[in-house]
Amino acid sequence: MDFNLNGKPISIDPQPGEMLVDLLREQLGLTGTKVGCNEAECGSCTVVVDGEAVLACAYPAARAAGRSVITIEGLSQLAQSPRELIEQDELEQKILHPIQEAFIQCGAVQCGFCIPGQIMTAYALLEHDPDPDDETIHHALKDTLCRCAGYPSIMNAVRAAGERMRTGKPIGAAEFQAASPLKVIGNSYIRPDAFDKVTGRSKFTDDLKFEDMLHARVKRAGVPHAIVKSINIEKARQLPGVITVMTADDIPGEKYHGLVIYDWPVLVGVGKRVRTIGDALAIVAAESRVIATQALDMIEVEFEDQPVVSDPVQARDESSPAIHPDGNLLKHIKIRKGNIEQGFAEADMVLEHVFHTGIYEHAFIEPECSIARLTPEGRMEVYVGSQIPYADRNQIARVLGWPEEKVRVIGMMIGGGFGGKEDIAGQIHAALLTERTGRPVKLLFDRHESMLVHPKRHATQIRVKMGAKLDGRLTAVESELYGDTGSYASLGEKVMTRATTHSSGPYEMPHAKADCFAMYTNNPPAGAFRGFGVTQSCFAVESMMDMLAERLEIDPVEIRQINALRLGSTTNTGQELQESVGLLDCIQQVQSEMESRTDGDPFKTRTSSGTEHLRRAWGFAVAYKNTGLGGGAPDKSAAEVELCPDGILEVRTSSAEIGQGLVTVLQLIVAQEFRTSPANVRVLLSDTDLTPDGGPTTASRQTYVSGNAARLAAQVLHQAISSTLAEKYDCPPQEVHFEEGLVRLNGNSVPMEEVYLEMKKEGRSPRALYEYWAPSTDQLEDGGNMHFAYSFAAQAAEVEVNTNTGEVKVLNVIVANDVGKAINPLGLQGQVEGGVVMGLGNALTEHFIVEEGRVVTDRLARYRMPSIVQTPQIYSIVIEHPTQDGPYGAKGVGELSSIPTTPAITNAIYNAVGVRFDKLPVDQEEIIRQLNQFSKAAEYHEE
Amino acid sequence: MPLWKNYYLAQSIPEALTRLNEGARLIAGGTDLLLEIQQGVQPPPESLVDVCNIPELNSLEIRGKDLFIGAAVPLNHIAASQLVQENAQALVEACNLIGGPQVRNTATLGGNVAHALPAADGTIALLALDAQAESISSEGSSISGLEELFLGPRRSTIEANQALLVGFYLPLRKSSQASAFRRVMRPQGVALPVLNIAVWLQRKKDRIADAHLALGPSGPTPLRARMAETVLRGEKISQVLIEKVYTILLEEVHLRTSPYRASADYRKHLAKILLQDAIEIAWERAGDN
Repeated sequence: MDFNLNGKPISIDPQPGEMLVDLLREQLGLTGTKVGCNEAECGSCTVVVDGEAVLACAYPAARAAGRSVITIEGLSQLAQSPRELIEQDELEQKILHPIQEAFIQCGAVQCGFCIPGQIMTAYALLEHDPDPDDETIHHALKDTLCRCAGYPSIMNAVRAAGERMRTGKPIGAAEFQAASPLKVIGNSYIRPDAFDKVTGRSKFTDDLKFEDMLHARVKRAGVPHAIVKSINIEKARQLPGVITVMTADDIPGEKYHGLVIYDWPVLVGVGKRVRTIGDALAIVAAESRVIATQALDMIEVEFEDQPVVSDPVQARDESSPAIHPDGNLLKHIKIRKGNIEQGFAEADMVLEHVFHTGIYEHAFIEPECSIARLTPEGRMEVYVGSQIPYADRNQIARVLGWPEEKVRVIGMMIGGGFGGKEDIAGQIHAALLTERTGRPVKLLFDRHESMLVHPKRHATQIRVKMGAKLDGRLTAVESELYGDTGSYASLGEKVMTRATTHSSGPYEMPHAKADCFAMYTNNPPAGAFRGFGVTQSCFAVESMMDMLAERLEIDPVEIRQINALRLGSTTNTGQELQESVGLLDCIQQVQSEMESRTDGDPFKTRTSSGTEHLRRAWGFAVAYKNTGLGGGAPDKSAAEVELCPDGILEVRTSSAEIGQGLVTVLQLIVAQEFRTSPANVRVLLSDTDLTPDGGPTTASRQTYVSGNAARLAAQVLHQAISSTLAEKYDCPPQEVHFEEGLVRLNGNSVPMEEVYLEMKKEGRSPRALYEYWAPSTDQLEDGGNMHFAYSFAAQAAEVEVNTNTGEVKVLNVIVANDVGKAINPLGLQGQVEGGVVMGLGNALTEHFIVEEGRVVTDRLARYRMPSIVQTPQIYSIVIEHPTQDGPYGAKGVGELSSIPTTPAITNAIYNAVGVRFDKLPVDQEEIIRQLNQFSKAAEYHEE
Repeated sequence: MPLWKNYYLAQSIPEALTRLNEGARLIAGGTDLLLEIQQGVQPPPESLVDVCNIPELNSLEIRGKDLFIGAAVPLNHIAASQLVQENAQALVEACNLIGGPQVRNTATLGGNVAHALPAADGTIALLALDAQAESISSEGSSISGLEELFLGPRRSTIEANQALLVGFYLPLRKSSQASAFRRVMRPQGVALPVLNIAVWLQRKKDRIADAHLALGPSGPTPLRARMAETVLRGEKISQVLIEKVYTILLEEVHLRTSPYRASADYRKHLAKILLQDAIEIAWERAGDN
C-alpha cells in the first residue's frame, strides 16, 4: 500500500485487522497519536486524512491507500513559510506549528494525553476556516475529550492560533498573576513538559516498546459474586503464540494487594470468592495482543453464584451475605461535638433530608498500562504511570516475594489520574508474567476493562438533619452516611472519613454528630476520586443550606456568611482554626461578582420574552477541603536538589505529575530559592531508584508537602554553596547572592557550572536531600487537629433550564478559591477550569450505572463526560490567605475547585424551576416529570 | 483472531458485488460496524469490501427532478453541500447531529440507512423528505421507497439480498416547500437519542398543502407517520391542529420506555414539543421562499 505520510510518500503493507492507529504506532513507531478509548469516542487518536480529521482507531489502515495522512509528528514541518516558523528562545529554537505554540502559550496543556488529538482536530478546523467563531470551534472539537478539561484554555489556543495563521500576529502568553507575586512564585510560567506534549514526543507507558516484549491480558470474572469451582487453562496454554498462563497457584509471594488493607486478591483461585465482575482469575502472556485476547476466550471457568450485595444500606443488613471474612462493615466513623439533642432543642427550625449520590468513573483519557522487564542484574523494572510509585513497589515486591530493593518502579507520563491511578492496576500482573517468562511484558487495559476494574467514586446515601435559630445560626447538624466502598477497601476508609468530617460543611455549630458506615458490596471497588468523599457530603450539606435559607426566608449567601468558619472557629471535629481561613472573603467576592452581572435578586428565575421556556437563575455553594493526609497519618515527603555539571539545578522526588502541574510548581520553587529563571531548573519525578519518596499524590498535598521538601532541600543546598564559596572568596556567607544562574560575591560573578566545579574541588556534595514532615495531626477519635491546613471556596453557577425538554445548560460559573498562595497562576487556572467542568459532569452528565453488581455503562460511549460544548464561562478569583507552614503560604486546590460546583448547579436549577434534586446526577426527565406532574414512571425498567 | 483477514477497496460496483458474492461483508464508513466487530457484537468477518472509493457512490448531484446523494458520501460533505442545504434542510440538520465531527468525516448516509436502526437520524430525515433508495445486487438494480428496505431492528433487505446501496433520490425542493429536523438527547445514563423528528411541508398561502412526518424510535423499523400527516393536509397552523396531529400520532406510533434512556411518558411529552417545534420551523422556512 502506498500513501503519503506527513508530506512523504511511504510504502507499507497493513496487517490483517489493522487500524490506522496501529499501523502508525506499532509498525512505524509514531506514538504521538494516542489511543484513549479504541471505540471512536474520545478523539485522542485524531489524525488528518486528505484534510479531514478522522479517528485513527476506527479507520482501517488499508483505507489510507493513495491518501495523504498527517499526524502530530508531521505538524511542525507544515509550518511552511518563514512567517509561520515560530522560533522562541524559551523553546530553545524548536520549531512548532502555530497551533502547537498556542496550546503551550495559552496553558491548554495539562496531562497532555489528549493534546495531539486536540491539536490535529484544531488543525483540520483551521485549515478549513482560519477564523472560526466560538460555535464553530465547539462544533469541531465537540468529541475530542479532555478530562483535565482545560476547555476554556483550548478555546483561547484555537482562537490565538487562527489569528496567528491569518495575520502572523505573535501569540501572546496567557496572563495570570497572583495577588502578591514574588520574583518567580506567583507569576505564570508555561509547563516544562509542554513542548514534548504538543509535539507527540512525550512517552506514556504504552508508547514504550522493548525487544522481545510479550503482551498480557487478564481473564476477568464477569460475575459479581461467586465461588470459583474450576479454572481450566489447558486450551489457552496450547494456543500457538501463548507463552504462559498463570493462575493464583502460581503466585510466588503474598496473594493480596491493597493500599491500606491487603484485601484485594491478585488472582482469585479455585475455591475462593469472586467479589466483583472485574476480579482477575488468570493472566496470559503471548507474542501479540491479538493472541493473548484470543486465549482469554479459551479459559474455561465454573462458578457457584452467590447472592449479590448491591448497595451499602443492604450490605449492613444482617441477612446480607458476608463479602469479606469479617463481614461487610469496613469502618464505622463517628463524630461527636457538644450535645446533639440539646442542639436540636435550642433550634427554632429543624430540617431533615436524605440525599443520594451515585458511582462515578474517573475516565482519565489514558487507560492503565504497565510494562515489566528484568534487568541483566536480575532486578524487576516496572514502567507505569502511577500516583504512588513507592506503594506500587511495595505491593509488587510482596507478591513476587522479593525484597523491595530488587524492584524499581519507573514513572512514565500520566494521562490523567484524578485518584484513579493510586491502586494497583496491571503492575503486579505484568511483573508476575515477566518473572515467569524472563521477557518484558506489556499489560495495557482496554477502555472496557479500565471501566470495570479501577476503583470509582463512592456512591453514598447521606441523611442530614439541621437545626437553626430564626436568625439563621446553626445550632446542630447531624448526619448519617452510608458509603459504598464496593468489593475492596482501597482507600475507602479514608475517603468516607473525609466525607464524614466534612459532612456539616464549612460552618461552625455548637453541636454536631455524624455516623458513617463504609460498607463492602459486590460493586466495583471505590477509592480515591478528586474530592475524596467531600464532593458527596458537600452536595448534601449545600443543598440543605439552601433549603434551610428558603424556610427561614434568609438570603442563601447571608445564611452562609452567618455560619461560615472563620478565624477562631472550631470545626465539627473540634479543631480550632487559628490561621488561613479565607471563606468569608471567597463568599463576598463571588457574591459581588455575581451581583454585578444581574439586575435584582440573582436567585430569582428570569426569562426573556419569546423564550419563556428558557428559565435562568443563579445558585450558590461553598466548600472546604483539607490539604494533606491528616487524621494522625504521618505526612512526609522527601526531595532532593542537585547542582549538575551543566549548571542546571535538578529537583527530584517520587511524587507524580498527573496533569495538575506539580512539575512546574517544583521548578518554580527551586528557581525562587536560587533567584534564577525556571529554565535553569529541571524536574525528575516518580522513579523509586532515582527519586526519594514524595508519598502519594493524593489529598491535594503535593504543592504543600513536596513543595516544602523541594524548598527546604534547595535552601540546604543554597547554604552549602554559599558557605563553600564564602570560604574560597573570603566573604561572609550572607553576602553570597544568587542571581539568574550566577553567584555574585565580593565583586565576582561565578556561573553555576563553575560553582559545581568548586563544590567538587572542595569535596562538598552539590546535592541536598530534605525529608519534610508536615505538622502533625490527630486521629479523629482523639479529637483536635484533624488537618494541618484547609482550603476554602465559594462558587456561583448560572443555569438555563429548558422547561419544554428539561435540558439544563450551565452558562456561567464564578469561582473563588482561597489557596493560601498561588505558586503558578497559569497552572491554577487549569486546575480551576478542570475542576468546575468535572463538577458539572458530576451534576449533569455522568452516571456510572451498576445493576446487581453488573456495570451497564461499561464503554466510554455510555458514560458521558462534559465536552467543550457544555463548558460554561468560568471566572476565577484567587484568594490568598497564606498558611504558615505551606511553601510561601500555599495550600492545596486540586480537589477543592471541583467540590462546590455540583450543589451550586443544583441550587440554581431549584431557583430556576423549583425542582430540588436530592439525587445525582440531575435527570432532565425528572424536571419534566415534576413540572408536568406526570406520574413517576413505575414501568421504567419494563420492556 | 484479527478483526478481519482481507480488506478490499472496491473501485467499481461490479467489483464490490463480486466480493459480496464471495462472502465479503460490505463496509462503508464503518463507524458502527467496526465497533461492533471490535466489541464482539458481530463475529470477525473473513473479508471486508470497502465501497467508499466507488465514484458512483460518491456522487452528489442533480439528476432530473431529483437530488442524488451517493450512499458513500460522508455525512460532513452532505451537511456542507449547498445542493443539500437548498433542497433538504432536515437532512443537513440530521447529518450535523450524527456521531461526532470526526465520525461524520467518515460515516455515510448509506451506512446510517443500512444499519436499520429505528431512530437513525439520517434515516428519519430521509423518510420525511420522501427519499427513494437505489440498490444493486447481482440480480440487477432497483429503486424503492426507503421504508421498504427495513425488515426489523438492524435488519434490512440490503444485507439480506447481498446488495449494496448506491444512493438516494430526493425530490428537488420547490418554492413553498421546506423541511426541518429536531432531536433531544439525554446526557445522563447511556447517552442515546431520546426522540427525533423530521417534518417536510408544502405551504399554500396560509394552509399546509402537503406534509410528511417521521419520528424515531417509534417501532421496530423507521416509519413515516402517515396518519398524522393526513391531519395536517389542507389545514391552517394552530395550537388546535398541533393537538390533533399529536393525538393521532400517539395512536399511530408506539413510544415505549427504554431502560436508562427515557420513559414512554417523557417521550410522549417530547413528541409534542418537537412536533410543534419542527412544524413551526418548516412552516416558517416554507414561507421564506
